[in-house]
Amino acid sequence: MPLAKSYAISLIGLNGSLVEVEADISSNLPGFVIVGLPDASLSEATARVRAATVNSSLPLPNRKLTVNLSPAAIPKFGSSFDLAIAIAALRAAGTIKNQERFLYVGELGLDGSVRPVRGVLPSVLSATHLGFEKVMVPQANFAEASLVGDIEVVGVDSLSEAVARLAAGSSQRRIQVQPSHTLTDSAGESQESSLAKDVADIYGQPFAIEALKIAAAGGHHMLMIGSPGVGKTMMAERLPGLLPDLAIECALETTALHSISASRNRIGSQLVVRPPFEAPHHSASSAAMIGGGKGVPTPGLVSLAHNGVLFLDEAPEFQLPALESLRQAIESGEVTIARSAGIARFPARFQLVLAANPCPCGFAMSKKASCRCTPMARQRYLTRLSGPLLDRIDIRLRITEVNSAQVELDRKNPNRADSARLRAQIARAREAGAARNRIFGFELNAQAPTSALRAIYADKVALTATLDRALRAGQINLRGYDRCLRVALTIADLAGREVEASDIAQAMILRGEDQLGAA
Amino acid sequence: MNQNQNIGRYGEDRAVEFLKRLGYGLVERNWRGPSGEIDIVAKDGDCLVFAEVKTRTRLGFGHPFEAITEDKIRRMRALASQWCQAHNLGVALVRLDAISVLVRDGRVTIEHLKQVF
Repeated sequence: MPLAKSYAISLIGLNGSLVEVEADISSNLPGFVIVGLPDASLSEATARVRAATVNSSLPLPNRKLTVNLSPAAIPKFGSSFDLAIAIAALRAAGTIKNQERFLYVGELGLDGSVRPVRGVLPSVLSATHLGFEKVMVPQANFAEASLVGDIEVVGVDSLSEAVARLAAGSSQRRIQVQPSHTLTDSAGESQESSLAKDVADIYGQPFAIEALKIAAAGGHHMLMIGSPGVGKTMMAERLPGLLPDLAIECALETTALHSISASRNRIGSQLVVRPPFEAPHHSASSAAMIGGGKGVPTPGLVSLAHNGVLFLDEAPEFQLPALESLRQAIESGEVTIARSAGIARFPARFQLVLAANPCPCGFAMSKKASCRCTPMARQRYLTRLSGPLLDRIDIRLRITEVNSAQVELDRKNPNRADSARLRAQIARAREAGAARNRIFGFELNAQAPTSALRAIYADKVALTATLDRALRAGQINLRGYDRCLRVALTIADLAGREVEASDIAQAMILRGEDQLGAA
Repeated sequence: MNQNQNIGRYGEDRAVEFLKRLGYGLVERNWRGPSGEIDIVAKDGDCLVFAEVKTRTRLGFGHPFEAITEDKIRRMRALASQWCQAHNLGVALVRLDAISVLVRDGRVTIEHLKQVF
């Protein structure tokens, strides 16, 4: 059959579009051309496919081979089309008779091996949406592809294995499928490390740990200001360890984002079950933050931290555009990135944690050392964190130095908090909160829409008297008002009861003052 | 004549036999023009056929057809028109063909591609 086809997927962001790979062999001098808007690495598929077929003892005829990737108008990138091209070509050559409707994903090595590629999870998800019942993926991506239900996944190590599978046809029983991957057996190294860090390592900061617990339970954004060495970074690093495992839909979303990310060497990764923790250096650009890429949009740190924690240490040192680009992501929970290849929308619902020194020298709040900064420098430092950004942060904490007596006291305290216990408490609080919040269509208190807050607090007018007074006095704006109400819900959930006036008072204290530089 | 030229000559002989079997009339062999040489000029009905013959005894350097490059085809096209001029042919129906002759273990395999441009 001189004309044949197979199917592949072109991914733009997380969305895949179906690509029909047509192969035609014509009686002409040997040649191999790919048409249909391939990029450089896809054009190189000619060399890979030619060598892979020869080295798999499945040579293509010495004639002109034309491969068309249709629809030709969609730009196509990368090496994941190799397998589909090879199958189409071998069908055209008559080597493969089987016309089963598979979707193929995989890169070919010159030796005929099928190598893992990025973006298998979103590709397979798209395949199910496109109505495919079978996908063929590199064996190394098998676990990732199997995370998607409702589709038969065939993992192959080599082109000859793929051809053998097709030759055997559907009559043969399915190639031995490994036991399906459950949430428990998929913890990667980074995922375990988030649990390795325990809040029990922090001495003498019970108030800060309490705030950390509230932030974790409600998903609230958090800012920590304190002198160098008081443990800001330690605390931030322990936040993901307090969060419960991701629900399956969240885990799939996050895994899909990590799967397509160029910056993650997560090819063939398994399910991300622990909340991710991203801590970029302060030189990060706004493209690194929200996403970007040359031609193809790729997810940025806000999306890699989706369903997890984005920690900006030394926050005032970040470039202003990078910081300000966070605002929209915080507000909408997603980012839209337009590049020449298309527009991609990436989810970006993360918990933001900022850490900052109070001034350039760091000792403005210290009792032990004196600050060497001029008043102007001190004021300028924290104002780099803009009002609109700070306004979106629910918990703004000043962390003071601990003295040796406090450390000693804490060391002897038998009831000190440890991460495992807090995690259980937080999980309970989240369940309690979600039970109430689901009626209004959201899960975490931090995500409560204003309308839901109004409904929840409708019969609790007496409780908000302090807040109303602060609002009237101009100490707090309307957004801050709502944010206090959200934190108060979390505090009540942690206590396992309805909201009380004291919860709102505590929320106001946690929110702190709006004018940070004035301290 | 060296070894390769011997093989080339042998391959061209086989190609001519092959074309004759197909009913082509041989017009000329190894015509030298300004741009090089045409291996075979033959007639397939009304159509003038200019054929390039490639002969191999091994596949280590690829299939014989793979040795016919873009550049070679360009030269063949030029040679075809030079041949027509030299024979005072104005308008003619012309075709460029490629013939591969593979000689291995005493067996000869001939492949013929028409109209390779």
